[in-house]
Amino acid sequence: MIHLTVNGDPHSAEPGPAESLLSMLRNRLGLAGSKDACEQGECGSCSVILDGELVCSCLVLAADTDGSEIRTVEGIADGDDLSRVQEALLAEGGVQCGFCTPGFVVAATHLLDTNPDPSDDDVREALAGNICRCTGYGGIMRALTALREDS
Amino acid sequence: MSAPRPDGTPKVRGEFAFSSDLSAEGMLWGTTVRSPHARARIDRLDTAAALAIPGVRAVLTIDDVPGRRLFGLEHPDQPVLAEGEARFWGEPVAVVAADDRETARRGADAVVVDYTELEPFTDPTVAEDRGETFRVFDITHGDATGTVVVEGYYETGMQDQAPLGTESGLAIPDGEGGVDLHISTQWLHADHEQVVASLGLEPHQVRLHMAGIGGAFGAREDLSLQVHLCLLALHTGRPVKMVYDRSESFVGHVHRHPARMWYRHEAEPDGTLRRVEAKIILDGGAYASTSSAVLANSAYFAVGPYRCDAVRVHAVAARTNNPPCGAMRGFGAVQSCFGYESQMDRLADALGMDPIELRLKNALAPGDRLPTTGQLIEGSMPVREVIETLRAMPLPADETSGDPRRLPGGTGNTTPASAVVRGVGFAVGIKNLAFSEGFDDYAEVRASLGPDGLTIHTAAAEVGQGLVTVLEQIGRSATGVETVRVVWDTTAQIGSAGSSSASRQSQMSGGAALSACEAVLAEALRRGAGDRLDDAGVWRGDELVTSLADLTADGPIEQLERFRHPRTHPPDEHGRGDVHAGYAVAAHRAVVNVDPELGLIRVVHVDTAQDVGKALNPQAVIGQIEGGIMQGVGLAVMEEMILRDGQVANASFTDYLLPTFADAPTVEAAMIEDPDHWGPFGAKGVGEPPTISSTPAIVAAIRAATGAALTRVPVRAEDIASQWSVASDQ
Repeated sequence: MIHLTVNGDPHSAEPGPAESLLSMLRNRLGLAGSKDACEQGECGSCSVILDGELVCSCLVLAADTDGSEIRTVEGIADGDDLSRVQEALLAEGGVQCGFCTPGFVVAATHLLDTNPDPSDDDVREALAGNICRCTGYGGIMRALTALREDS
Repeated sequence: MSAPRPDGTPKVRGEFAFSSDLSAEGMLWGTTVRSPHARARIDRLDTAAALAIPGVRAVLTIDDVPGRRLFGLEHPDQPVLAEGEARFWGEPVAVVAADDRETARRGADAVVVDYTELEPFTDPTVAEDRGETFRVFDITHGDATGTVVVEGYYETGMQDQAPLGTESGLAIPDGEGGVDLHISTQWLHADHEQVVASLGLEPHQVRLHMAGIGGAFGAREDLSLQVHLCLLALHTGRPVKMVYDRSESFVGHVHRHPARMWYRHEAEPDGTLRRVEAKIILDGGAYASTSSAVLANSAYFAVGPYRCDAVRVHAVAARTNNPPCGAMRGFGAVQSCFGYESQMDRLADALGMDPIELRLKNALAPGDRLPTTGQLIEGSMPVREVIETLRAMPLPADETSGDPRRLPGGTGNTTPASAVVRGVGFAVGIKNLAFSEGFDDYAEVRASLGPDGLTIHTAAAEVGQGLVTVLEQIGRSATGVETVRVVWDTTAQIGSAGSSSASRQSQMSGGAALSACEAVLAEALRRGAGDRLDDAGVWRGDELVTSLADLTADGPIEQLERFRHPRTHPPDEHGRGDVHAGYAVAAHRAVVNVDPELGLIRVVHVDTAQDVGKALNPQAVIGQIEGGIMQGVGLAVMEEMILRDGQVANASFTDYLLPTFADAPTVEAAMIEDPDHWGPFGAKGVGEPPTISSTPAIVAAIRAATGAALTRVPVRAEDIASQWSVASDQ
């Protein structure tokens, strides 16, 4: 049995020996916001913030997260109020099919938390681990640009 | 100002339910046993060991299919599960249901299949010689010749749609012999028809429900796990869920046809195109899927959006033991566009003419006839406008930052700034809109006005393109009611919307929605004896005559509409006829930086001008343009499924390279609004044109930068580097 904090709430779970954090979040903790698209750490759809670090939750062993603090896409909005990253993605057309969106929300939130004024190249590099197949990244770039100009 | 997506907020919150997020009480997990051989006889299939594993509830083979054993979108030729012989690597052979996913996988591993490996046929040219073809299509017209002649041989690779959401769904038995299937698909009713046939049930016993879709791009047009899920659910009497993993997804859906193309262009010295000859072979893989239609499209658009007096096209879709190919964004027009636009550049060079001027000289316009089919072009055809608009757009400034992230080697730091050469390339593409060749193409929508506003019922797939927003907008514009929502009905509740493909839904379901909403408005005004409707009710002048609640006290005001586009016809024996309902064109200009010594490429910038008829939601149109261009970038420089003896060598996101944020060019798009003769408000479909001419524009830019004669996509580093080393030795 492991104990961890997810989006501020305490959770306990008994993951399988080879189970990923992504599987535990989705299948044991009922947090299906993190998406499963490659299970190889290549697409970023399952991005979460683990003890302050941006990780692909498919590459993290669930058993290793005992005592950790995790922030998932479900923990980004403040109740009914969307975060500024979420608002900007909606306003600038950064959401189409939406499967990559939770990962982008988490990764962009982490980027702005750690680098409040990223250059274009910083944004491209920081989000290069999140694949979007629909938008061509244009709407996502415009969202991040708008946030940069806000700050 | 573009209306916002109603599904946007749940998507950014992580609350939107995709088909892979569904669950049901007492649910089992399904998985698929797949052939490890491209071609093999199945000598024995033993399920006993798998069934003996605790938690394994069912192991089914072709003998458990009660109805039609074959499926297929156009020609049912593909076994639901392999029967006697496996014909491609990854073909489903058996399906397993178990208490959880891991047990299901162990069960699948325990299914014993004895194969005798057979030599796979993997060369489409050899397949054609053997007569192994899905369709052979010839277009013959005119005898003109020209004095300036260029010939070329071109190839395009096998691209994967790679939607982020893999194939997944949930089947729930109803306890009375029927089943409810929750599925992400591009065409709910085509799935339904095929599932019903294979289950051997009555249509009303099988209900398909649209579940959240994580992208599609053609990958979800054919059946994948639909029948398997229903079989397992009916067999076990329990809900069954299945989610493909990424490697399975790469063999679980059809791909873009690889193409081999030979072209000969003949022109007058002044640039007038007189004759185009082409031979196009598409590798259809093991089963038919939509190969016939894809092939015809390659042939119909083999000349591009240009006038030409004489056309000879011989097009073949070959049957091999490679993975089946079918629909992908651009649907055959992508392949031949790479061929004809490469040829147009070659021709311009031979003529000593500016390549843009050559295109303008031959640009089709309304009143012309499409050179292949001879069909008179009605509606808009702004080829000249897209070319001239694009030419007038400013080029981006030269690179000055020196940041290694902007160089072709990127963070690999392999390319010094001094090694970079820049090139600019240009291409124009054309695509038909909606279904062609006489297909009875329609879309059904029901509009319903109740006390809470207007509801639009549809079965049309929202694959991410924003149709849901457009339908809401049409509802508001047509009725004056602001509170509009879109509801997805099951196959039992509404008729087909047709496929979310062929760039057709905004026109087709949009057209049906417009008619239905206009009829609802008319009935509301008649009942209320007023002249205007809004969320309050019916108004006459400044006076509210009847509230919405009173107006609909006896039930909602409803209208069901079935929209059809202008009728099309099959081609004659020469490939001629009125086969298309309409067209859209686009032009692309790409700017690339290349390190020619290493063959590394960075696509810096892409400008485009696209014919959109009328942009119903500009933000959604831009999203389609940018996303479509990125798939064109992918085909141009990195995306390819590598086959070795019919086996996919790179079925993962590690090995199949997709453009990332770091690979994404900036895009400037101009929307050319020239309202078409059908479709709501003159709108045209916009999804596919961005993917068609972006690829040849990028390759033309790489040629311009390096001088390398690039005839194959994706362009590989060695294609550039080998020619560069030869050139620099001389």
